[in-house]
Amino acid sequence: MAVELQFDKKPKILQSLTDSLLMIQRSSRHILRNTDQLLGTFFQPIMFLVLFSAVFGGAISLALPDGIGYLDFLMAGIIVQTLAFGSTTTAIAVSNDLQKGIVDRFRSLPMSNLAVLNGHVISDIFRNGISTAVMIITGLIMGFRSHAGVIEWLYIVGLLLLFTLMFSWLAAIMGVLSKSVEAVQWLSFIIVFPLTFASSAFVPTEGMNKFLKAFAENQPVTHVIEAIRALMLGTPIGNHGWMAAAWCIGILIFAVPVATILFKRRTVS
Amino acid sequence: MSEPDANDAIVVKGLRKSYKKLEVLKDVSFSVKRGTMLALLGPNGAGKSTTVKILSTLLPFNDGSVSVEGYDVATEADKVRSVIGLTGQSAAVDELLTGRENLVMMGRLYRLTKESAKARADELLEEFDLVKAADRPAKTYSGGMRRRLDLAVSLIAAPPIIFLDEPTTGLDPRSRIAMWESIRRLMERGTTILLTTQYLEEADQLADRIIVIDNGGVIAEGTAKELKSKVGKDRLELTFKNDKTLALAKAELGKAAAEVDNDHTLSVVIDDTNKDVKDILEKLSKKKIAIESLAVHKPTLDDVFLSLTGKKKQAEKAEEK
Ligand SMILES: Nc1ncnc2c1ncn2[C@@H]1O[C@H](COP(=O)(O)OP(=O)(O)OP(=O)(O)O)[C@@H](O)[C@H]1O
Ligand SMILES: [Mg+2]
Repeated sequence: MAVELQFDKKPKILQSLTDSLLMIQRSSRHILRNTDQLLGTFFQPIMFLVLFSAVFGGAISLALPDGIGYLDFLMAGIIVQTLAFGSTTTAIAVSNDLQKGIVDRFRSLPMSNLAVLNGHVISDIFRNGISTAVMIITGLIMGFRSHAGVIEWLYIVGLLLLFTLMFSWLAAIMGVLSKSVEAVQWLSFIIVFPLTFASSAFVPTEGMNKFLKAFAENQPVTHVIEAIRALMLGTPIGNHGWMAAAWCIGILIFAVPVATILFKRRTVS
Repeated sequence: MSEPDANDAIVVKGLRKSYKKLEVLKDVSFSVKRGTMLALLGPNGAGKSTTVKILSTLLPFNDGSVSVEGYDVATEADKVRSVIGLTGQSAAVDELLTGRENLVMMGRLYRLTKESAKARADELLEEFDLVKAADRPAKTYSGGMRRRLDLAVSLIAAPPIIFLDEPTTGLDPRSRIAMWESIRRLMERGTTILLTTQYLEEADQLADRIIVIDNGGVIAEGTAKELKSKVGKDRLELTFKNDKTLALAKAELGKAAAEVDNDHTLSVVIDDTNKDVKDILEKLSKKKIAIESLAVHKPTLDDVFLSLTGKKKQAEKAEEK
């Protein structure tokens, strides 16, 4: 061996950080090289935005308060819905890793256990960031106008980050629990679809039946949507901001350790 | 079994492992001297991969003790991980990353500095003949290239102990020989190696010692030579032209010669190859008995394996068909 090997002698905590950064780099490369998925990242939000505003726009704008167009109403809902669906890729990535020998290799290395999940979750935020930017630009082209100033936009970005992080960790749990990629798709469909549709994402909750309304108005996704909508449109935010943040943080506190423990258990058979 | 001492890089004592109800390892003990290679043989499902996974900290076990470079696998997994490299039975490389990216990433995860990881990656790409493919995603590699990358990845931090679980399965003869060369180079550097294989010739060629496991325990151990001498001695096989010469030869050589069922062949057990062969040939030539062909048959590890694992009869039956 000609090469003189030098080892990093960092404290353990910094080492774990390096491990996570390496795994983020790995997952981000996956995202960039998976061209089919990347196309989805660009075109799905555009398609949703155009379709929903064209199909529902006419009928629903009648139920909206004066001065608010359907596109303005829709933006917050469709962004949140796209982020929630986007988290499925975290679940798929985790499930893929578990079915291949690569996890065994990682586990035979002196690296931090959490890093693999961290990598998928954080790189997912990048991808979701791209989707969100695409959506906002498309919205602006279609005539969306927001009343939000710099501060409001910072709040919006912060809340969206928190929301994606929360959903990606939930998705990581789904990925660990699923035995196959097909199972992941089903599981996330069953969880994400009701949460995003039984909400105020596309229609005001006033027209829903009693039970659906009660669910829709109190579930976390609606709080997130309502908070972002209020910030975008300059309408009163009420308690939605606090509720949204509290839900996201609460779920994160539950999801991160659960995902980590399940991941460890799944990899030690 | 020899007593474990400070020269042992791997010491396994009374290892027991079951998957739920299935008891795979009942009582396995062995040790590997530092800088030597041990080949672990056994029929499919004997628990070779299970043993390798336990030794490389991937699986918990029920009972016994396992130490690697003096670290306890059960309680000092992190320390163990920094001194081992693992090439598992199924290739464990990241398909979407290039060969080079795989190597550098794993090197960094082994705590190599960025510069060291890059330099070492270049060196390994060269050594494993992957320079041209270095910047292509691993999913475009052939099975043999992937296997080579897999081995290269486990060598990235030059760990003193390497586990190789069937490293040459699925390789063509040329790639297999190239892989053997790489493994030999590792041994020259003083790496301790535990190898499992289905190719007994591989164990014969490479390993210092061999153990055979079956039914949850170690059923034989020793050098290839020792194991072979256990199953039988060398034999001289003589083939004759026709029944007549065969009968003459049989009469001449007496009880020592046994008729083998393929045409006109006698088999004689020999102790000392030089002397015995010379004696036999002299006897026959004195009587002017012509020999069509002759061959010295040495027991192979296949013979050892088949007789030890009780599959000999089945295998012979299969051959007759
Ligand atoms: N995760 C698992 N859960 C349950 N049983 C398992 C598991 N892994 C292996 N086994 C069983 O344990 C036994 C030993 O398996 P192992 O993979 O160690 O065998 P092996 O000697 O490596 O075989 P091969 O030569 O086919 O690779 C087999 O009967 C197998 O079915
Ligand atoms: Mg095996």
